[in-house]
Amino acid sequence: MKPTVNFTSPRFYVPALFLGALALLPVYAMLAHQPFYVTLFSRIMIFALAALGLNFILGYGGLVSFGHALYLGVGAYAVGILSFHGITNGWLHLVAALVVGILLAALIGVVVLRTSGMTFIMITLAFAQMGYFFVVSLKSYGGDDGLTIDNRSTFGLFDLASNTVLYYVILAFLAAVFFLFGSLVESRFGMVLRGVKSNERRMLALGFPTFRYKLVGYIISAQVCVIAGFLLANLTKFASPSYMVWQVSGDLIVMAVLGGMGTLFGPVVGAVVYLVVEEFLSSLTPGWFPKVEEVLNKHWLALMGIFVIAMVLGFRKGFYGYLVERELKKEAGRAQP
Amino acid sequence: MSIELLIVQLLNGLQYGVLLFLLAAGLTLVFGIMNFVNLAHGSLYMMGAYFAAWAYNNPIFGIQGSFILAAIVGIGGSIILGIVVERLVLFTLYERDHLDQVLATFGLILVFNEVARFIWGPSSYYMEVPEKLSGSINLLGIDYPAYRFMIIGVGLLVALGMFLLIQKTRIGMLIRAGASNATMVGALGINIKLLNTLLFGLGTGLAGVAGLMAGPILSVQPGMGEPILIVTLVVIVTGGIGSIRGAFFAALIVGVIDTIGRVFLPILLTTMVEKSLAQAAGPATASMLIYLLMAVVLAFKPQGLFPVKHG
Repeated sequence: MKPTVNFTSPRFYVPALFLGALALLPVYAMLAHQPFYVTLFSRIMIFALAALGLNFILGYGGLVSFGHALYLGVGAYAVGILSFHGITNGWLHLVAALVVGILLAALIGVVVLRTSGMTFIMITLAFAQMGYFFVVSLKSYGGDDGLTIDNRSTFGLFDLASNTVLYYVILAFLAAVFFLFGSLVESRFGMVLRGVKSNERRMLALGFPTFRYKLVGYIISAQVCVIAGFLLANLTKFASPSYMVWQVSGDLIVMAVLGGMGTLFGPVVGAVVYLVVEEFLSSLTPGWFPKVEEVLNKHWLALMGIFVIAMVLGFRKGFYGYLVERELKKEAGRAQP
Repeated sequence: MSIELLIVQLLNGLQYGVLLFLLAAGLTLVFGIMNFVNLAHGSLYMMGAYFAAWAYNNPIFGIQGSFILAAIVGIGGSIILGIVVERLVLFTLYERDHLDQVLATFGLILVFNEVARFIWGPSSYYMEVPEKLSGSINLLGIDYPAYRFMIIGVGLLVALGMFLLIQKTRIGMLIRAGASNATMVGALGINIKLLNTLLFGLGTGLAGVAGLMAGPILSVQPGMGEPILIVTLVVIVTGGIGSIRGAFFAALIVGVIDTIGRVFLPILLTTMVEKSLAQAAGPATASMLIYLLMAVVLAFKPQGLFPVKHG
C-alpha cells in the first residue's frame, strides 16, 4: 500500500506548519532585528528533540522514564570535557557522546527494565540523580558551577560558531529524528514495542523477547537526548549540572504529554507551547496590572505548576493528540457508517 | 580515623536514617494502599518545616520560642494541608495511571515552592535548637548533641508506634486489608474513601514531624523537600514499595551508608590509590553510593528487600 499524503489531515499540516515556521524564523528574526528569537527557538527545538526522544519509549513503549535529563547531561559534558582538553572536533564530540550514551543507557537499561510501573519511574529518577551528583563532584570539570566551553564544535567543513548555522543544524536534527521515528514506529520493531505497551504478557506469549526490544527502545530514546545535550552545550557554550536536575526530566514528560503522548509530532508541539509560555511568564514586564504582573513575574513557576495540574486533570490528550484523535474518530466513523 | 569519629558518624547516619524513615513511612503507606505516587510529599515536609519555624519565631497568643507549640503548628498544619490537597486535587487521581499522578504532583511541587517563596521569601529561614536541648549528651566519653539524640529517639518511637498501629489496632487491620484488596474492603462496608483520607493525613503528618525535626539542623528554604524526597524514593524502592518494615530498615541502611560513605570513602581511597585521583573520585563515589546500593538490590531483588505479599 502506497502511503498517500492527506493535506487536510492534522498529521500532515501541523508538522508542516511547525517545521515550515521554524525554518523561516531566522529570516523573520533578522528582518525584525530580534536575533534573540534565534537563540530562544534554538533552545526550544533542543528540548523538542529531547521530548521526541523521551516520547519514543514513553508514548510508544509505555515506559515512564523520569530520568532522561541524565542523557542531556551526557551529551553536554561530552562537549564540555573534550573541549576542556582542547579537542574541538564536533564529530569526535558526537561520537564520544553517543558511545558513552549507549554504554550508559545499556547498563542502566538492564537494571531499570527489570522493574516496572512505579518502581521504574523511581529508579530512573534515582539513576539520573546519581549522574547529577557525579558531575557535581567532578571538581576538576567545574563541579557545581559547570564548565564553560570556549568554542563551539567544529565539523571540518563548517562550524557552529554562527547562531544561525547552529539553529539550522538543530532544525535538521529535529526533522531527521521526526522522520526517522515516523518510519520506526511503523516498522516491525516499532510494532513490537507498541505491542509491549498494550500487553506485554501477550507479546511474551507470542514469543517475542520483550526485554530486548524494550532495552533497544530505551537506548534509542536515550541517544536522542544525548544529541539534544550535545546541541544544548553548543548553544549555551556551557555544560552545567543544572541540565541534569530532576525537574528537567519532569519538564520533558510534561512537554510530551502536553503535545500528545504517543503521537509522532506531539512532543514538538508540547515543547514549543510549554517553553513559549514559560518565556512569556518569566519575562512579563509590568503593563496593565503592574502589581499582579510583578508577582507573576517573580512566581511564574507556580503558574506553570497550576498549568501542569490543569493539563493532567482536564486536557490529558494534549494539543496535537486531540487533533489526531478527532481525525482518527472521523475516519473510523466513515469506515463504519 | 578514630573510633570516636566512627561512632559520631554512625549516630549522624542513624539520625539521617530516622528522618528518612519519617518521610518514607508516609509515602510507602499511601503507595502500598492507594497505589498512588505522591511526589509532593517532600513539599509537605517543607511546609511542615516552615509552619514549625514560623510558629517558633513569631509570637502566637503571646508565646514565642516554644518548641511544643512549633510542633503542634508544624505537624497540625501539614496534616490539614495534606488533607485539603488530597480532597481538592489528589483523590481524583487514584484511578488514573502513574504517569498522571507523577505529573500532577510534579505540578504541585512547583506551586508549593513558589507559595513558600512568596510567603517567607527566597532566602533560608532559621529555627534555633530549643534551649533545653541545645547541650550535648556524653555517651561513653563522646559528646553528641542532645537535639540529634532526640531526633533519633522520636524516630524510633514513631517506628514503634507505626508497628503497633498497623499490627495491633483495628485501623491497622483495615490498612493491611486495604493494601491487599481495597475493593473487597469497600464491599464489606468500610468507608474506604475516609480511610484513604485518614491515611493520607497520617502520611503528611509524619512528613510534618520530619520537617519539624529537620528545621533546626537544616536551613528551611524553598525546594528543601526535593533532594530528600528523591533519597526517600530510593529508600522505599530499596525496602520494597508498600512495606513499612522495609522502609524502616532501608532508611537506616541508606542513612548510615550515605553518612559513613561521605566521611570515610575519601579517606579510604587515599590509602589505596594516588592522592589526586582519590580526591577527585572520593566525593563522587560517596555521593553515588546509595544509588549504587539501590541498583545492586534491585538487580538481585526487583521487588526490594522486604517485598509486600499480596493476596
